[in-house]
Amino acid sequence: MDNDMILELQDITKSFGETQVLRGISIGIHRGEFITFLGSSGCGKTTTLRIIAGLEEPDSGRVILEGKDVTALAPNKRDVNTVFQSYALFPHMDVEQNIAYSLRLKRVPREEQRRAVAEILEQVQLPGYQKRMPSELSGGQRQRVAIARALVNKPRVLLLDEPLGALDLQLRRQMQVELKRLQKRLGLTFLYITHDQEEALNMSDRIVVMRDGRFQQIGSPAEVYDRPRTAFVARFVGSANILRGTAQAGPGGTMLLAAQGGAVPFLPGERAVAENSPVMVAVRSEQIRFEKDGKNGIPAVVKEKSFTGGMLRIAFAPDSGEEVVASRHGIDLDLHPGERVALSWDPAAAVVVEEDAG
Amino acid sequence: MSKGKKKSAAAWLMAAPLYIFTLVFVLGPLVYMLVLSFLQRAEVWGVTSQVTLDNYKNILTPVYLRTFAESFRLAVTSTLLIALIGYPFGYFMAKLRGGWKRAAMLGLMIPFWTSSLIRLYGWIVILRSGGTLDKALMALGLTQRPLKLLYTYPAVLVGMVYALVPFMILAVYSSAEKMDWSLVEAARDLGASAPRAFFTITFKLTLPGLLSGVILTFIPSMGLFFIADILGGNKVVLVGSLIQDQLNQAHNWPFAAALSVVLMALTSLMIWFYRRVTHVKELEGIL
Amino acid sequence: MKKDRSLFPRVYLAVVLGVMYLPILLVVIYSFNAGRLSSVWEGFSLHWYQVLFKDAAIFEALRNSLVLAGLTCLAAAVIGTLGAVGMQRLQSRTKAPMEYLSTLPIMIPEIILGMVFMAFFSLLGLPFGMTTLVIGHTAFCIPYVFMLVKARLVGLDKSLAEAARDLGAGEARVFFDITLPLVAPAILSGMLLSFAMSMDDVIISIFVTGVEVNTLPIKIYSQIKFGVTPEINALCTLMLAATVLLVLLSDLIGRPRRRRGADREKKQEVTQ
Repeated sequence: MDNDMILELQDITKSFGETQVLRGISIGIHRGEFITFLGSSGCGKTTTLRIIAGLEEPDSGRVILEGKDVTALAPNKRDVNTVFQSYALFPHMDVEQNIAYSLRLKRVPREEQRRAVAEILEQVQLPGYQKRMPSELSGGQRQRVAIARALVNKPRVLLLDEPLGALDLQLRRQMQVELKRLQKRLGLTFLYITHDQEEALNMSDRIVVMRDGRFQQIGSPAEVYDRPRTAFVARFVGSANILRGTAQAGPGGTMLLAAQGGAVPFLPGERAVAENSPVMVAVRSEQIRFEKDGKNGIPAVVKEKSFTGGMLRIAFAPDSGEEVVASRHGIDLDLHPGERVALSWDPAAAVVVEEDAG
Repeated sequence: MSKGKKKSAAAWLMAAPLYIFTLVFVLGPLVYMLVLSFLQRAEVWGVTSQVTLDNYKNILTPVYLRTFAESFRLAVTSTLLIALIGYPFGYFMAKLRGGWKRAAMLGLMIPFWTSSLIRLYGWIVILRSGGTLDKALMALGLTQRPLKLLYTYPAVLVGMVYALVPFMILAVYSSAEKMDWSLVEAARDLGASAPRAFFTITFKLTLPGLLSGVILTFIPSMGLFFIADILGGNKVVLVGSLIQDQLNQAHNWPFAAALSVVLMALTSLMIWFYRRVTHVKELEGIL
Repeated sequence: MKKDRSLFPRVYLAVVLGVMYLPILLVVIYSFNAGRLSSVWEGFSLHWYQVLFKDAAIFEALRNSLVLAGLTCLAAAVIGTLGAVGMQRLQSRTKAPMEYLSTLPIMIPEIILGMVFMAFFSLLGLPFGMTTLVIGHTAFCIPYVFMLVKARLVGLDKSLAEAARDLGAGEARVFFDITLPLVAPAILSGMLLSFAMSMDDVIISIFVTGVEVNTLPIKIYSQIKFGVTPEINALCTLMLAATVLLVLLSDLIGRPRRRRGADREKKQEVTQ
C-alpha cells in the first residue's frame, strides 16, 4: 500500500431511506494535503465527511485511516476531528474548557492541558481568551475556537464542514488565508467541504467536484478550472458556457464546432474527438467574442445587458441550445437586445468536455 | 455488536424506566378500569367475574343521567365564565411591555402556585352566612339579613371559576405571546377596522390557546368534587362526587369504573376535537 | 380617546388580580385575629400560631407531604429525563403511542386517575400508604418533566453531542458532560412544578392514601369540611408565605439566565 496515503475511501455507498446519497466513491488522500470536496447542497459531500468522522456508517465500502480499517469504529475511537458548520461550541463551558475537552477525556495532566490550550489559542490568534464563554464571542472568534478545539488533539485528519459559511464575505476571505497558513504551519491533512468554488480554488491542493453522490473530477485547482472534465464541472467551477455542435475537420490541426450554419474552430486537446460526432466545448464568458451582424460564428440574438460586479454582462440566445454569456470590462457597449450577432472564441480557449458522469 | 445497535441499546436502556412505569402504572390501571366496568359487583364487597353491561345501563337511569346533565351544565357555565374573564386577561397581559408584563405574570403566579384549598377556604370566609360579603352588603344597606350564599350552586360556580381561571389565562397568554403583532398592523394597513382585524387575525391566531384553555378548565370542572364538597355542601353533585361516592360509600367499583370510562371518553373526544381544529399536538400553555 | 384605550387593559388586569387576591388576603388577616370567628375582628394576636405549633398531627402531615413531594419530584425527574433523552434517540414504532400514554395522566381528570389507581393498587395488593402515594403522584408528575425536557432537547443543536463524540467522548460521557448540563434548567423547572403539584394534590391522594398516612392537603381538606378552626388560617398563611418565597426565588433564578440567553440570540443574529 502507498505509504503516502493517510486516508482512503473505498467504494463507499450510502442511502437514507429511498434516496441514494453516495453511489460508490473512492479516493486516496495524501499526508499533509489540503483537499476540498466541492459541490452544491445535496451532492453528498457532508455525508462523506460524516462517514469519515464516524457519525454515519456507510452501507458498503471501507474507510482506511493510516492503513487501518476504521469503518465500524465509533467517532470517539478515531483519530480525526471535525469543525462543525454551526461550530458546536459547548455553551456551558468557557473557551478553555471547550478546547481542553478532548484532553480531559484522555486524562492529560491539568498543567499540560493548560499549556496546550494557551499554545493553540496563540496559533488561532486568540491569546488570552481562555475564560470567555462562547456566547461572549463574535462569529469569527467562535470559528477560531472551534478550529482550536479540533486541532488541540493533533488529529491525523481535520474535517471542516463549511466552516466559513456563516461569516460575512470580508471575514471569510481573511479566514481562508489564515486557515491555509495554519495548515501549512502544522503540516496537517485538512479535508474541507464547501459549496463555494472561490473558496475551493483559493485554498486547496486538490479539489474533488461532487454531484449526485459521485465524483465528477479530482484535480488541482488549475486542472479543475482550466481543464474541466465534464460540462457540470465547467459550469460549476468556472461558470463557463457550454456550446454543443458537430465536430468537423478544420485547418492546421484544429477542428470545427459546427452548429446552426456556423462553425468555430477549437483545439481538441488530449481528448480524441471523432469527425462528425457530437461535441461539447466549454468557453468562459470573458473568452466569448461576438460580432454584430457577423457571418463567422454561431448565430445568436442579444437577450439582455446588465452591469454587475464591475463587468458588463451580455446574454445571448443562440438559435438553438442554451444561453451564452459574455463579459467585458466597461460600462456600456453599442449593442442592444434583439440585435443579431455571430458568436466565436479563440480556439485555444475552448475546452472539450464530456457529458456529466452518472 | 454494530455501532448502530450499541447506540440504540443505550437509548432503550434510558427509556426503559419510563416504558416500564407507563405500562405498569398508566396503561395497567386504565385497562383494569375498562375491564372492571364490564364486571358484576359482588354482594357486599369486591367484584365477581361475571361479564355484564348493567353498569353502563345504570348510567342511563334518570337519577344518574341527571347528575351527568347537572355536572355538564356546571362545567359549561364555568368554562364560559372562565373564557370571558380569562381571555381578555391573557390577551392584555401579552400586550403589556417589559416591567408591567413581569409584574402581571408574578401577580398571577402567586395565586396559581398557592394551594387550591387555601384559596377556596378564603371563599368560605367571604361567602358564609354573616361572612365578609354579607357584612359589606349590609353595611352598604343593600341587604338586611345574611344571604346564605355558602352551600349553593352559585358558590360552587364561583369556586370553579376562581380555581381554574389561571389555566385559561396562561393558555391564552402563551398563544398571544407567540403571535406576530405585525400581522394585525398589516390587516389594519390593508383596510380592516380594529374589530375586524381582531376577529380575522388575533382571534384566529389565539384560538389554539383559547381552546386549550377550554379543555384545561372543562375537564377538571367535571371532576373537582372537593370544590362542590366544600362550597356546595352536598347540594351540588358532580360526576366526580358520584364516582367518589360509589367508590368510598357504596363500594360499587364496577359502576364507578363505568362512570370513569364515560367521563374519559368524553374527555378524549374533546382533545381529539381540539387537535382536529388547531392541528396542534400538545395543549397550549400546559407548561 | 387614545389614552382610554391604553388604560382599560391595565384597569381590567388590576381588578381581576384584586379579586384573585381577596380571599387569600382575608385568610392572612384572620390568622392574626384574637377571636374564634373568621368574620369578627377582635384584635391582633398570634394565638392561633401558638395553637398551630403545638398541633403534632399537622406537623406529621406536613412531614408526610414534604417526604412525598421530595420523593415524587426525584422519581419524576429521573424517569422523565432519562425517558425524554432515550426516546429522542430511539427509532421504534412504539415511540409515538408510548409518548401519548406517558403524558396521558395530565390529560385525564384527576378523579379518574385516583379511582383507577385505587382499584389497581388493591388488585395488586399493594399496602395503601406512602408507597402508593409516591407511585400515584409520580405518574402525574412525569409528564411535566418529560415534556419540558423534550422541548429543551428539540431546541438543542444536535451537533453538540456529535462534537463531543468526535472529540473522544463515549455515550455516557456525552450524556453527563453535554446533554445533562444543557437540559438542567428544564429538569429543574420540571422538578419545581412536580413538587408544587404533589404538595397541592387532594384528589389522587384521598384515593391512594392509607388510614394512617395523612398529607397536609388531606388534613386541611378534612378540617375545612368538618368544622373550621382558625388554626387553619395560620397554617394557610404560613404555606402562602412559603409559596410566595418560592415564586420570587424562581423568578430571581430565572431572570439572569433569560437575559443571557437573549444576549446570545442577539449576537447570533449579528454574525449571521
